[in-house]
Amino acid sequence: MQLDSKSPTGPIEKRWEDHRFHLKLVNPANKRKYTILVVGSGLAGGSAAATLAELGYNVKCFCFQDSPRRAHSIAAQGGINAAKNYHNDGDSVYRLFYDTVKGGDFRARESNVYRLAAISLNIIDQCVAQGVPFAREYSGYLDNRSFGGAQVSRTFYARGQTGQQLLLGAYQALERQIGAGQVEMFPRTEMLDLVVVDGKARGIVTRNLITGKMETHIGDAVVLGTGGYGNVFYLSTNAKGCNTTAIWRAHKRGALFANPCFTQIHPTCIPVSGEYQSKLTLMSESLRNDGRVWVPLKKGDKRAASQIPEAERDYFLERKYPSFGNLVPRDVASRNAKQVCDEGRGVGETGLAVFLDFRDAIQRLGKNVIKERYGNLFDMYQRITGEDPYREPMRIYPAMHYTMGGLWVDYNLMSNVPGLYVIGEANFSDHGANRLGASALMQGLADGYFVLPNTIGDYLASNKFEKVETSHAAVREAESQVTQITRKLLEAKGTRSVDSFHRELGKILWEDCGMARNAAGLKQALAKIPPLREQFWRDVKILGGADELNQSLERAGRVADFFELAELMCLDALDRNESCGGHFREEYQTPEGEAQRDDEHYSYAAAWEFRGVGQPPVLHKEPLTFEFVHPAQRSYK
Amino acid sequence: MKIILHVWRQKNAGDKGRMARYEAPNVSEHMSFLEMLDVLNEDLLAKGEEPVAFDHDCREGICGMCGCMVNGVAHGPERETTLCQLHMRHFKDGDELYLEPWRAKAFPVIKDLVVDRSAFDRIIAAGGYISVATGSAPDGNAVLVPRDNAERAMDAAACIGCGACVAMCPNASASLFMAAKIAHLGLLPQGQPEREQRVTAMVAQANQEVFGSCTNMGECEAVCPKGIKLEVIARMNRDFLSANFAGRVGLEAD
Repeated sequence: MQLDSKSPTGPIEKRWEDHRFHLKLVNPANKRKYTILVVGSGLAGGSAAATLAELGYNVKCFCFQDSPRRAHSIAAQGGINAAKNYHNDGDSVYRLFYDTVKGGDFRARESNVYRLAAISLNIIDQCVAQGVPFAREYSGYLDNRSFGGAQVSRTFYARGQTGQQLLLGAYQALERQIGAGQVEMFPRTEMLDLVVVDGKARGIVTRNLITGKMETHIGDAVVLGTGGYGNVFYLSTNAKGCNTTAIWRAHKRGALFANPCFTQIHPTCIPVSGEYQSKLTLMSESLRNDGRVWVPLKKGDKRAASQIPEAERDYFLERKYPSFGNLVPRDVASRNAKQVCDEGRGVGETGLAVFLDFRDAIQRLGKNVIKERYGNLFDMYQRITGEDPYREPMRIYPAMHYTMGGLWVDYNLMSNVPGLYVIGEANFSDHGANRLGASALMQGLADGYFVLPNTIGDYLASNKFEKVETSHAAVREAESQVTQITRKLLEAKGTRSVDSFHRELGKILWEDCGMARNAAGLKQALAKIPPLREQFWRDVKILGGADELNQSLERAGRVADFFELAELMCLDALDRNESCGGHFREEYQTPEGEAQRDDEHYSYAAAWEFRGVGQPPVLHKEPLTFEFVHPAQRSYK
Repeated sequence: MKIILHVWRQKNAGDKGRMARYEAPNVSEHMSFLEMLDVLNEDLLAKGEEPVAFDHDCREGICGMCGCMVNGVAHGPERETTLCQLHMRHFKDGDELYLEPWRAKAFPVIKDLVVDRSAFDRIIAAGGYISVATGSAPDGNAVLVPRDNAERAMDAAACIGCGACVAMCPNASASLFMAAKIAHLGLLPQGQPEREQRVTAMVAQANQEVFGSCTNMGECEAVCPKGIKLEVIARMNRDFLSANFAGRVGLEAD
């Protein structure tokens, strides 16, 4: 299969404009003749559904939560990047582009990244107009802060709830279109299969989570904005409901899955406290602006932080990376935290934590300033741990947070299945092998507000769409597939809960395909996963039926897909014999322990084609070329 | 520690429902309330009894999906804390807890502790927005927002739409929820053009959804996990009256 990225050529600043000019348009009066199915209602899906409806398309939007306002974008804390250069500190669209390509360790498409950086400007304007209450200076101007991986202040924020406020902006725009009758909303509805007719994505099969009723929705294009697959690790910072089902089942219908092993471990999360732990809580990266990361110099030093004198502390990030200090990118910060803990210098009961200390910042700025900046985060920390971070340092440890991999898409955000678009975290995205802080919100909204609404018209205007009846063979086949999965899960009547399997799978991945990977571990994981998957199908225990609200059944379907995805992640990680960004292969590191890329052999996006469960997938490569930012070893020293 | 739980079990909207008594024998103080329920559900499953259905998602106190009454108090005994952020260290060995779904006619029970809050979405759809189509916005700094206004707007915008305010209100009024949105948008210059229309449309929708009226009991403020203040309701009432005095819309009776 030849992968055509449709990436434009020419001067990088002109590419998006030229490309847009050459796209076909759908005349305003004809837009209402098309129906677009948008799955997911987060920053990407919600903003896309609202914008497509504003343009005049008929939109059906689906989410598994009880309201589109609850999508997990809501939990993003720190901020959103935009190259406004409001602070005259040398920022520009080009610099944001440069930082993002470099931050992604040269594994992203330059054309996409430049477009993202350029659109960042429009996003802030749009969100302000919607009433997003961004932080302001006393003069009334927008305030900014700095974030990991950047040396300029380009992050816009609304306290520690930026994702919430941006999502509510998109949600309100969406509700306005729902009120106008332009969007039909299907909450508590989960997509369980993609309907492909004559090679084009034409519909989805859904389950109503309250009644269990299965339905097929037919449209002219399908947009997946269903988020990332971080929950494959069981413990992650994702919401409990986040899952891979929509993109995985689309993958099984032919969509290529790109770079599944590119996962991001976030350095600042509250450490695990026990077996019952159901999720991990992120402490925004913005805390690293004022907090200093350290561990005791000596191994096994169990003294309270306040009892450890300055000379016996190791501020390891500041020591190793003097120019970026505590603001190194996430992958670097995470790996270093793991390293000091592996050396036996971790803190807290489990020894799997490092300190994030605000003592100096409080002395310098006063408690009030710190409270103003991070008050809600400090409160959250205290609620969860019962400790007061104004008095003693926070304890943090890396946790699974974001997935850079996802379905492969071209420059128009269309997958290799015509008519299937993938936006936001669900696609393999613009972040390469590592995402910079405050860039996920930017990408979700860029895709949904500004890219997809422009590109989808070209596909609609260039194709003819025959009417598809729900009696069509492809629809029937997809429906029967879904029914079979449900029946099989319910009929297993085994002995183990869904969560117990999920937890076991997560442990395998965390150990062998987590922060550091090696060939032996990955092979071991690949040997463990298939038998566990088979045991799952045989021995899973689900009570209740298919025709009612059945939360165990919902989870079981998602975990079934995680099992298949987990195998692909390990295969991809094993296949990529280099270290880059979040993918750190222990065999490939510099003498100082930094990631060692192999640009000669691995400068490509790995797009995998599904060939059946347990069958080896087929690898297709999209070569990545760098005309503007020349690959070099990332240095944050 | 050991906790005795009395949990509302209701198979579906048509079922009459009942309280069921369970014991959670090994509760750790570090567990969140929902993790305690997870463990209870694993026990129930092992015994062949259907797990308790409850809504939850982010478990960070921001998505607004979780919540139930704990001994008659929405989200339980801790102030400004959602159920998912409530930790078991606030309870003691032998405590008896009664868990019920949100209580309001406008929030019908779907199953066990799960209720239908779609009425909130319909209130927002009626007018809880600023009408700006994608692409038509001026530069972000073209409209200056005094810092104090931005902060107060943010205070109100922090609402997570969980429904605790309605569940706790003796009148099952949605005033705090509605007023939070009206204050958020009304405090910003961008929200001025539609200010009167917004309040009128949202209040009319809330009346249609059979939410009750506000009688200033203040129970909503007391349980709001985001600390939204009653003053937003005063603001809403002021906007509502001025919209009506301006004669642009007819004063509608409840």
